Amino acid sequence: MSQVDQVSPNARKAGRYLYIATVVFLCAWVLVPLYFLFVNALSSAEAVNSFPKSALPEFDLGSLSFFAKFYGILDALKNSLIVATMTMVMSIAIGAPAGYALSRFEFRGKATFRLLILMTRAFPLPLLALPLAIMFIRTGLDDTALGLAFVHTTLAIPFAVLITFSLFSGIPLELEEAAWTLGCTRLTAFTKVVLPLILPGITASAIFAFVISWNEVFAAAVLTIENRTLTAFLLQNLDTAAIHLKFAGGFILVLPALIFIFAVRKYLFAMWGIANR
Amino acid sequence: MAEIQIKNVEKWFGSYQALKSIDLTISDQEFMVLLGASGCGKTTLLRIIAGLETASQGEVWINDRRIDHLAPKDRGIAMVFQNYAVFPHLTVFENIGFGLRMQRRPNHEVKARVERNAELMHIEQLLGRYSGELSGGQRQRVAVARALAMEPDVILMDEPLSNLDALLRLEMRAELKGVLAESKTTAIYVTHDQVEAMSLADRISVMHQGRIIQAADPLSVYRNPAERFVGSFIGNPPMNFLPATAEGAGKWRVAGQSYAGPKTEHTALDFAIRPEDLHPSATGLTAGVKVVEPLGAHVLVTCAIDGQMFRAVLDSDTEVTPGETITLQPNADRIRWFDPQSQVLVR
Repeated sequence: MSQVDQVSPNARKAGRYLYIATVVFLCAWVLVPLYFLFVNALSSAEAVNSFPKSALPEFDLGSLSFFAKFYGILDALKNSLIVATMTMVMSIAIGAPAGYALSRFEFRGKATFRLLILMTRAFPLPLLALPLAIMFIRTGLDDTALGLAFVHTTLAIPFAVLITFSLFSGIPLELEEAAWTLGCTRLTAFTKVVLPLILPGITASAIFAFVISWNEVFAAAVLTIENRTLTAFLLQNLDTAAIHLKFAGGFILVLPALIFIFAVRKYLFAMWGIANR
Repeated sequence: MAEIQIKNVEKWFGSYQALKSIDLTISDQEFMVLLGASGCGKTTLLRIIAGLETASQGEVWINDRRIDHLAPKDRGIAMVFQNYAVFPHLTVFENIGFGLRMQRRPNHEVKARVERNAELMHIEQLLGRYSGELSGGQRQRVAVARALAMEPDVILMDEPLSNLDALLRLEMRAELKGVLAESKTTAIYVTHDQVEAMSLADRISVMHQGRIIQAADPLSVYRNPAERFVGSFIGNPPMNFLPATAEGAGKWRVAGQSYAGPKTEHTALDFAIRPEDLHPSATGLTAGVKVVEPLGAHVLVTCAIDGQMFRAVLDSDTEVTPGETITLQPNADRIRWFDPQSQVLVR
């Protein structure tokens, strides 16, 4: 073994401690706020405002039930659901064919197209918000679920395209070719052979688009007034609300997203891996 | 009845010409093998016949129907792919019956044909399994059964055995030959393995750099290669070559020996002889033995004749040692001669 290959054992140990410390810190960064959210959402109003706090929640549903009765909350929840569902459908309807084309066909400008898809995410939304609001007012899309869904779809499409691209690339063209020789047209080969194989992945992609829309705050706050989504609603109202309500609101927002993302994490890992090619 | 005619087919990929003016007629029920090294165009030609590629020019006919503008499903063909392409989300039964279901055949007919072809390929006990539970050899059998179940006019096979281990390849080769002969289907088989080609084919089309160099039965291709390339590609170990100079009418000087050869205007020819057509004798070509490989069935001797590397396959009882000098005499009726410029066989 040459001298160059050797790292001093002390340096290696220090590196390892640094690595572990960073991992612990990052986990805590995410988990500690979640823990507080969880504990306080499930506690009564008094417990939240008291000090010192107990480590375990009381499992008192007082905060949550008050939250549920808060005027307008259920409408906001419904709006969030509608917008997120529309986003999900539109982003898959547009993103999946793009992913298929990227994985199967060679065409001029393919590399540029891929780059542009990613670059849409680089654009800061606050810059666009005002011009978008004006345009929406002019076209009558202002304060509608569809209008907001359009914006959210734009945010979700890059992910839909990338995930479906990696999914389709994982299906060998030979399988489709075999289907063509066995009596399928291009379309039937797609529905009978490709679709069943990528359905889990497409579902994951759809759920991811759903979550993007569900969590989005800025565009929702700017582009809706009467028909607020849950995120915009909470932003607007909980400024003035008591702290235990804020915890309950945060809990309601975070929990579905957390569950969905956990369910589809496998596909997200694959997507990041492939997207780094 | 399924006779295939390929008329003047050419294929360009951008500026690269993959196929140059291919003309070939395959008779009904003939087993035609397209043989060649990687990149020679054999798979491209097969895919053009299948409809998975479009020819840049030329026509493909099956019987009296011109098919080169039809979709693969309308050509009456079935294909077996190199990587099997067995559908992973369907059972073996559903795989084999896939084409039949696409044709909307009644359930009892699908069941009968699937079971019959599964028995033919010895996989009737695997009908309920998925491809993930099968070995490579079993998947290959499913792929073949799936193609046969279609009862096509022509069955196309793209190196179906190349992903199998050596022993399995040997078994499958024999099985395939039997199954296809019985099914009375015209078959086109692509391979780079010349032993497979020799064993399976009614006729071999040897391809090189986008051309068909020779299309003939295996023994003709072996004994009378049309070009030097064919002689060196077919046969293991390959043909030996030595330069020859004219010595008179029909007499040629090769490494200090005289042999009877073609009466032509050439001043120089390439002398060719297969390793197994050489035997030790008192007179003949002087060979300096370099390597001796006793292979059990015979002895492979690598030697130098006139500075050129030569291989001879001798009887297993022959006693030779490296460093020795021996004399090898070729069998006169097996000597072949090639034009050094055009590489073509000269008679």
